[in-house]
Amino acid sequence: MLNVIYSHIEEAAAIVLFAIGFTTLLVNKNLIKKIIGFSMMDNAIYLFLASYGYISGRTAPIYVDASTEASLYVNPLPAGLVLTGIVVSVSVTAIMLALTVRLYKRYRTLDIDEIAEFVRKEGA
Amino acid sequence: MDLWQNLPVALIILPLACAPICSVSKPRVSRMLSLCASVFAVLMSAMLILNVSSLGTSYVYKMGEYGAPFGNELFISGAEASVSLMFSVVMALSLFAGLRRIGQEIDDSRKSLFYTVCMLLLTAIQALAFTNDIFTGFVFLEITTIAAGALIFVRSKEGSLFAAMRYMIMNLLGSGLFLLGICVFYCLTGHLLFPQMKESALLLVEGGRYVRPIAASILLITIGLAIKSALYPFHTWLPNAYSGATPAASSMLSSLVSKAYIFLLIKFLVRAVGTEAFTMTGVNDVVFIYSVIAIVLGSIDAVKEHNVRRMVSYSSVAQIGYIFMAVSYGSMTGMAAATFHIIAHSLAKAMLFPAVDRLSEVSGGNENFRDLRGSGFRAPIAGLAFVVGAFSITGIPFLGGFVSKIYIATAAHDYGGWVMLISLIALAVSTVLNVLYFLRTVLTIYRPGERYPLTRDPSKRPFVTGALMLFVLLNVALGIWGMPIMRLIETSIMAW
Repeated sequence: MLNVIYSHIEEAAAIVLFAIGFTTLLVNKNLIKKIIGFSMMDNAIYLFLASYGYISGRTAPIYVDASTEASLYVNPLPAGLVLTGIVVSVSVTAIMLALTVRLYKRYRTLDIDEIAEFVRKEGA
Repeated sequence: MDLWQNLPVALIILPLACAPICSVSKPRVSRMLSLCASVFAVLMSAMLILNVSSLGTSYVYKMGEYGAPFGNELFISGAEASVSLMFSVVMALSLFAGLRRIGQEIDDSRKSLFYTVCMLLLTAIQALAFTNDIFTGFVFLEITTIAAGALIFVRSKEGSLFAAMRYMIMNLLGSGLFLLGICVFYCLTGHLLFPQMKESALLLVEGGRYVRPIAASILLITIGLAIKSALYPFHTWLPNAYSGATPAASSMLSSLVSKAYIFLLIKFLVRAVGTEAFTMTGVNDVVFIYSVIAIVLGSIDAVKEHNVRRMVSYSSVAQIGYIFMAVSYGSMTGMAAATFHIIAHSLAKAMLFPAVDRLSEVSGGNENFRDLRGSGFRAPIAGLAFVVGAFSITGIPFLGGFVSKIYIATAAHDYGGWVMLISLIALAVSTVLNVLYFLRTVLTIYRPGERYPLTRDPSKRPFVTGALMLFVLLNVALGIWGMPIMRLIETSIMAW
């Protein structure tokens, strides 16, 4: 068991980070901490993908009059996916932060329970 | 390759090109542009479905002529084409029906952005309908989430910011699970395109290797998409989000956004996993239990609700339960019934939101159903639309909802055993509850009240009336000529 974890240390770390991020996003009351949790969760997945995409001893698939032997290179697809994913999560983070700023300007608090209380009073 | 085979790409590119133009133009210009684009999208989807059904088979569109494994593909068959047509029609008609409300409820500085978001949403859902690549699916899933969040918080009403925040948080949890699921699945199968994924997944499952990781990734993806489309325990954000948004946005959120997620799930389960692997892993039992709970409790919540808009929102929870129940049988008939119910329910629900809005407008802006007394006489077309929508969701014959309920019951019957019994009981209980809350409202809007006269409201609303009439016609047409559409969907899903 320990051997497996040791040989897949990046994946194990990714899963732990994912769990921490997911729980933070779900249960933490502070909006900023929720967003931090979201970033952690997404970055954990990118760590997972990137660690699978890397094969030790091989180089990046950039062809500069070197060998055309495919076994010398790693698969470029996981890296491409990670890059795309980073772009997506950056834009989602931006929109979440913008929403948080607007909520803070209106209610002067970052605590989601307090905001819920204010909203209920407004509605009544 | 024929010229018409480029239509799916055009359906994705056209609103995508309109979106940036909308964001920098004046509200009037962007309104015209987005209306024209959505009408044009309807025409293109109609042409596509005619051509696909006469072609008789599916076809693969390679983006930029790059094939597997590095290229990106679209896959078009009858089911995708019909869902895409429904998306375009609902988008166009909800924009027309909600035009006046958009003018009233959204600040002038944000109107152009509202239309921009609508165009981005149209792009994303069309791409979700056609994509053959799971990671492209993820990217457009996130675009849909952002656009849907923006549709909620664009309205400067108290509470809409908070509703949007809750919506975004739940959706991001769902996206996280979905992304982890597709990454694990990709690492196991080594492919991103659906058919190649299915090949490797079948080899692995038949060889008995990595069965547990595959089951885990299917579970992650299913739960992720279930959270995003508001299956029962994850539905708490839904009523506030739907009732806080402007009517056009409510229609889009309930009929386009959540339905696009479910259609992606159906495509993934049938085309990338295979229904055998789905039922073998036992994920379908989990989905079944939650969907039955959703059907019953969603209907009970709707009965308890007095605000008509929130009532209509809660009925979405039950209807999403129906769709997931049909998916959980893991059979081709079940998947086809789910796809048909996506179309039938979307057409009915997208009509109910503007109809309710018009009915409450002629009743002094009240949304409590007791205050709507006699509003069916003051706004006859909106009253008719409400009746047709309510009957369709309840499952009265000659309307779309009836056809889909029959197919869901047939799929349950094919499955047999306890599952059939529980499904049929759930269907019966929920139909009774549907009758309870919808008939209560229908009777109320046609019962004379003292506060407002029974004469027709003098204000002319040509766009709302026209859009509602078209919606009514579509619902009736779907009920009467539902068979050919169902056959088209069924044959194309069989061939997936």
